[in-house]
Amino acid sequence: MDSLTFGAINIVVMAVVMWNIPLQFIPLMIWLERKGAAIIQDRIGPLRANIFGIRLFGLLHTIADAIKLLFKEDIIPNHVHRLYYVMAPFWSMTVALVPLMLIPIASPLQIGAHLFRFQVADYSSGLVLLFAITGLGVYGTFFAGWASNNKYSLLGSLRSSAQMISYELGMGLAIVAVLMAYQEISVSSIVEKQSGMMKLFHWVVPLPNWGIFLNPVAFVVFLVSAFAETNRTPFDLVEGESEIVAGYHTEYSSMKFALFFMAEYAHMVVASIVMATLFLGGYQIPYVTTEQLRHNSHYALCAILIIIALLCLIAGIIVYKRAKAYGMSFAEKLGKKEYFVISYLLFAAALMSIFLVPLVVQMRFAALPSQIIVAALQMMALFGKAMIFLWLYVHVRWTLPRFRYDQLMNLGWKILFPVSLLNIAITGIVISFT
Amino acid sequence: MVKIVRRPHLAGMRKLYVVEILGGLLTTLAHVLRNLFFPEKLPTVFYPENRKAIPAAYRGRHRLMKREDGSPRCTACMLCATSCPAFCIHIQAGEADDPFKEKYPVDFTIDLLRCVFCGLCVEACPLDAIRMDVPLVSFAGYRREDVILTKEILLQHENADYAHAPGYNPHRPLSVTHGVHYINFLKNIK
Ligand code: SF4
Ligand code: SF4
Repeated sequence: MDSLTFGAINIVVMAVVMWNIPLQFIPLMIWLERKGAAIIQDRIGPLRANIFGIRLFGLLHTIADAIKLLFKEDIIPNHVHRLYYVMAPFWSMTVALVPLMLIPIASPLQIGAHLFRFQVADYSSGLVLLFAITGLGVYGTFFAGWASNNKYSLLGSLRSSAQMISYELGMGLAIVAVLMAYQEISVSSIVEKQSGMMKLFHWVVPLPNWGIFLNPVAFVVFLVSAFAETNRTPFDLVEGESEIVAGYHTEYSSMKFALFFMAEYAHMVVASIVMATLFLGGYQIPYVTTEQLRHNSHYALCAILIIIALLCLIAGIIVYKRAKAYGMSFAEKLGKKEYFVISYLLFAAALMSIFLVPLVVQMRFAALPSQIIVAALQMMALFGKAMIFLWLYVHVRWTLPRFRYDQLMNLGWKILFPVSLLNIAITGIVISFT
Repeated sequence: MVKIVRRPHLAGMRKLYVVEILGGLLTTLAHVLRNLFFPEKLPTVFYPENRKAIPAAYRGRHRLMKREDGSPRCTACMLCATSCPAFCIHIQAGEADDPFKEKYPVDFTIDLLRCVFCGLCVEACPLDAIRMDVPLVSFAGYRREDVILTKEILLQHENADYAHAPGYNPHRPLSVTHGVHYINFLKNIK
């Protein structure tokens, strides 16, 4: 196989995978949002949808919602601008899905003479392109607001545009500081730079060489701006229901509304993965480099097994507690046993993975399998880090009230903007002395 | 006296929001961890399967009380119908044979669709003939006739002492009589 064909296959495979990552995360995120809201507010959350009594912790509600929205009548009001009206949800969704194409999710595999990248496009100025694409997201909201021909929609999209412009500034300047710290602009080399230990003025600091430790101020600014960019609480003035009905999607129904909804979650997933990539070392495992991992791939596999065991154990405890607390109250026959069965399965899986660890430690892997194992571990690391941010989105949404419009603008222009400017200056000074 | 509440002056670190936001996040995190690992402490009741006991002072659906001889206590004095702000009590009075009471209700209908559950009819009745303590939390129906109470339905309760049976729960009856009344009542309303 020549390298061109291999490259083409690589790109197609990775494009399909990367396209699917946010799409698979969306139902999970909707579930997490509902359950997170419930659990923060001392409730139980959605639990009633079931198939023959199997409830799956309310995961089926997402499917029920999707079916409902798909079969609802798709109304296009008479007073809208048809082209922009139809285009807006698709625009939002597409723009939300594209930026992931520039993010590497594991270090490349060496297959024979070829290099299989876990990244669609290893573009040399990838970071700039990434933010250019993310910045297009505001057009989806704006088209929707303009085309709806409705004052509330227009107000919502107006707020959205103003907010995006204000926060894009802080975000861009935060990125400038990060770029200065890494001295790199391609996303894959930024991730590679974040392996190993942190060095400051030639001293080794006992911290991983991650952006969050290199440049904490930029991280905070970026985090706040990312919340504003995705229009999430506390910056969700765009759809402030108490003031402007539902904002830009007031006139939308059925699957077009669902697309906006999904685009918001896709945006969150992308923003989380970008933040994990830029500030939490991407797919890097703290303290060890990819080379070290590949030479000790049996330990990497052990680490995967131990992580699976721990996750299964915690999930098992949570499910078992629920089975005891309210499993018996379910009316259906299967429902009474379901939670017990699931928790026992989880405990069994945890035990299995623990028993496999001593076997795996004695194994030695060839070059390619060990690379694949390391890649799997790195993907787990990246998505684990992204999950932290995704949970933070949910957690913040159900903790903080919405900002007032002037507070929002003050925060953007009077705090984040100067802080990130100052941060650039300080970063420059530090870099010039090292 | 007028009390003026001034806007709290935010200064220093509080103005940066960071500390305040972290404090708020910690509060909700405590809830998350408690509810994740101790779900039995959640107050939620799985409603159709489990039901909470109905409190003694519950103002529920109407019923009519009976005398010892089984005839309705009501003398069709019309006080309840007059005091009803929704005009939903319809009484048709008839002359009674008993020399001590002039009238009795031939027909006594309460249109629950119009009733606002104010309880004024109970307040107005001089004979304690009408009460609103039927321990039912859900009495919706599929047809209008299901929620228009006739005299027969109102009189089905055999003077059961609902109000003084604290914690009365129709699904876990405290005594046999309560259960029987409730089951009879359900049979008849359908
Ligand atoms: S509760 Fe109020 S509205 Fe209902 S019947 Fe009695 S007086 Fe009328
Ligand atoms: S006030 Fe009492 S006695 Fe008079 S009509 Fe109403 S229920 Fe009967």
